[in-house]
Amino acid sequence: MDGDGEELTAQETALYDRQIRVWGADAQRRLSKAHVLVYGMKGTVAEFCKNIVLAGVGSLTLVDDRVATEEAFAANFLIPPDENVYSGKTLAELCCNSLKDFNPMVRVSVERGDLSIFDLEFFSKFDVVVVSCCSLSAKKLANDKCRKLSKRIAFYAVDCRDSCGEIFVDLQDYKYSKKKRDETIECDLKYPSLEDALSVPWSELPRRMSKLYFAMRVIEKFEEAEGRSAGEVSIADLSGVLKLKKELCTAQALNESRVPDALLERLVTNATEFPPVCAVIGGILGQEVIKSISAKGDPVKNFFFFDAFDGKGIIEDISSK
Amino acid sequence: MASSSVVKEAKVLMVGAGGIGCELLKTLALSGFPDIHIIDMDTIEVSNLNRQFLFRQYHVGQSKAKVARDAVLKFRPHINITPYHANVKDPEFNVDFFKQFNVVLNGLDNLDARRHVNRLCLAANVPLVESGTTGFLGQVTVHVKGRTECYECHPKPAPKTYPVCTITSTPSKFVHCIVWAKDLLFAKLFGDKNQDNDLNVRSSDAAASSENVEDVFERRKDEDIDQYRRKIFDHVFGYNIELALSNEETWKNRNRPKPIYSKDVLSDELTQQNGNLEKNYASDDELSVSAMVSLGMKNPQDIWSLRENSKIFIEALKLFFMKREKEIGHLSFDKDDQLAVEFVTAAANIRAASFGIPLHSLFEAKGIAGNIVHAVATTNAVIAGLIVIEAIKVLQNDMENYRMTYCLEHPSRKMLLMPVDPFEPNKSCYVCSETPLSLEINTNRSKLKDFVEKIVKAKLGMTLPLIMCASNLLYEAGDVEKDFIKIYEANLEKVLSELPTPVTGGTMLTVEDMLQEFVCNINIKHREEFDEEKEPDGMVLSGWTQPVSAVDNKDKSIGNGASTSNALVTAAESEKDDEIAIVSAVKKRKLLDDSDSSNAADEVKHHKQLQVIDDEDDLVLLDGEVDSFKKRRLS
Ligand SMILES: [Zn+2]
Repeated sequence: MDGDGEELTAQETALYDRQIRVWGADAQRRLSKAHVLVYGMKGTVAEFCKNIVLAGVGSLTLVDDRVATEEAFAANFLIPPDENVYSGKTLAELCCNSLKDFNPMVRVSVERGDLSIFDLEFFSKFDVVVVSCCSLSAKKLANDKCRKLSKRIAFYAVDCRDSCGEIFVDLQDYKYSKKKRDETIECDLKYPSLEDALSVPWSELPRRMSKLYFAMRVIEKFEEAEGRSAGEVSIADLSGVLKLKKELCTAQALNESRVPDALLERLVTNATEFPPVCAVIGGILGQEVIKSISAKGDPVKNFFFFDAFDGKGIIEDISSK
Repeated sequence: MASSSVVKEAKVLMVGAGGIGCELLKTLALSGFPDIHIIDMDTIEVSNLNRQFLFRQYHVGQSKAKVARDAVLKFRPHINITPYHANVKDPEFNVDFFKQFNVVLNGLDNLDARRHVNRLCLAANVPLVESGTTGFLGQVTVHVKGRTECYECHPKPAPKTYPVCTITSTPSKFVHCIVWAKDLLFAKLFGDKNQDNDLNVRSSDAAASSENVEDVFERRKDEDIDQYRRKIFDHVFGYNIELALSNEETWKNRNRPKPIYSKDVLSDELTQQNGNLEKNYASDDELSVSAMVSLGMKNPQDIWSLRENSKIFIEALKLFFMKREKEIGHLSFDKDDQLAVEFVTAAANIRAASFGIPLHSLFEAKGIAGNIVHAVATTNAVIAGLIVIEAIKVLQNDMENYRMTYCLEHPSRKMLLMPVDPFEPNKSCYVCSETPLSLEINTNRSKLKDFVEKIVKAKLGMTLPLIMCASNLLYEAGDVEKDFIKIYEANLEKVLSELPTPVTGGTMLTVEDMLQEFVCNINIKHREEFDEEKEPDGMVLSGWTQPVSAVDNKDKSIGNGASTSNALVTAAESEKDDEIAIVSAVKKRKLLDDSDSSNAADEVKHHKQLQVIDDEDDLVLLDGEVDSFKKRRLS
């Protein structure tokens, strides 16, 4: 087993005492050897980073070359709102400085560059890749690169808009163990890529599918068609978004009521993150990443949705049958 | 979310700056709350740092409330955060104090404080958002006077208790051995000598003569320490087991334990150990004295052999007498006391070996003995997010949409976060309704003192009680005039029927807590006899929702807490650590598949019709129960 023969230090045992009691010393050792890449430093990802730095991953690499603006720290507690501090620095650099402080045992560093230009060798350095605030095509490309490597990389895409959040998970061919009563049983799950998951025809999806799934796809398509960057929509776009929804529903043979206009309106009106939702989504994502690194416990397959309006946190399995 | 206007006007009180508190303060600040008051009496410890992310190593020992404030002001400098390094039960936090807030948010770690805050919120008519987490499980509930249930409308899981005989003679689980080692053996050797204790203290020599009741645990003056520790070892692991074995009846359907004597497991170890002991004499810090250090054992995750446990036991015993003699007679078990943890681990393991129970590591034993609650940052973050969402609804007075939300480890109906409609107030709740309680008591035998201790404080959770009969004051705690102190003290010693205003069957007493501004009436019913085993208090309170105890045997029992010997441990304060979970989760029986039941959702609680919020299938009525996740003491 991974990590055998290497004991946790007394310092680690003292610091991680309460969580070792949740997931065990073996999982803690695996965590301390895991390398995590995150792309796109908004509030939700900031929450996630805090969670896994506290949990004690081996290293965390941040990428986000955007320079800090007022808007950038709306939901991000890692960026000090002092212009003297943030001016001229990138979001990744600012977040890195704060995160380092949370846990001296975790190496936090910054890489520069656009998600699309990173090559296979770059991705091969990581065990977990989390992408956010980027176009659908950039997400798909990064997901494909992760899948090309012989080593299995856990891939996550995450975004929050207003009171809603979404997590996509691709663990490829994933083996793990779970406790069932007093027994430990081995499980095996096969995940589709982002491309494959999104190409499942809507008419094939179960009737009780989360409305948020469709709504997020409509907005995503709208941004793509209009050449917008992620999150760059406003109430002025509502009529365009509703028109696109009609078209997509017709093309996919989905009853339009499955994608409520009110929900779309909410998502375009305020694209900025709502901090409590960042905390919820960043928390669930942190937990999922910890599960996949330690190969313990049922992971989400393969979407998670949360809407603060109804308070439900729902798992949907969207893969072709 | 259209929340900004109510948020910008809001003044909120947070109680607790621990695991949930740190996350909550951050999320409130980011969400634009301009005026936050925060109460926490605790200081920062190393084991907090893995999740209480506002704190750093160099903050250890400082006030949580104050450090949390400073940390949050770094990223939100223009809001007001008022910290109080104090106990929420202090008199300064009275009803008027609570009235200044629009909502109160709890991130507390114990039942006692939760009940106290519940009453203040009811008295001040301020909504309360309550929360708790353990491991991956958590919950958030909303309590609005007259609209939803109050925190005390329904019973909460009480700390688990065990029948005394299980602990003293027939342990079958490791936790039984831990309770024995901690609450009986450790308490007997190092604790208050006057405390009741169920350990057999008579030695094999003394057993012959019934006159001689010498306590084998008393170390005679000038008794050689090596001789003494071998005597203790042989008495508790050897002789007492032989004694138990002699009762054939007990072992008819059980595996017979094996007596263990020091000569069998230690042979010539004792002399060798003496040399190494010097290592410990170099240190002056009492809490760093360690048997593991003297024996060169490092890894707390290792499971020691019987021989190693015996060496630790005998070494730890010696170290207590050599290095910490002054404390003997005053010690109580503390999970942060290394030597105490080593002693209890070794003693529990030797006993476990005797009874054929698997041995455990020091790390695991410490968790069980210290009731250490499992805690991770992610659950706290999620729960804090949910608290803020509920708080905003409360500020908007959006009653229709209040939810009680469960954070689950394994999905139920595809949900990891599961909202349900809040419960209505319990019409017979003695806290939020005016329903009187009734008390059966022997009014000719029970003193007012017994009533105050066993009922008013222990069961009703009052801090500063006042007791009235008709309009006559019988007792009042707190600041009272000198003349009255004398009268009250005299009253405490009187039996109820002989009080200046006699309390007999049919009398109604009014009990009030001045701080909580909480009043309840108690109808007295005289009863002559009580069953010593089943009703050890000598009085029975009804109409009161007793914390649900996990024990099915209602006989005299021992909790894994501080108290021994005395009957069912009542709710409250077995937890001094973070984030005790009062987690109950809603489950539908049918949906409870195998993966779900690994949550140990095995205690059926109050039966209720639950409405699961479901916009797709309208409202689904569940005929299920509210199951309670048992706090997992061991992973
Ligand atoms: Zn109530």
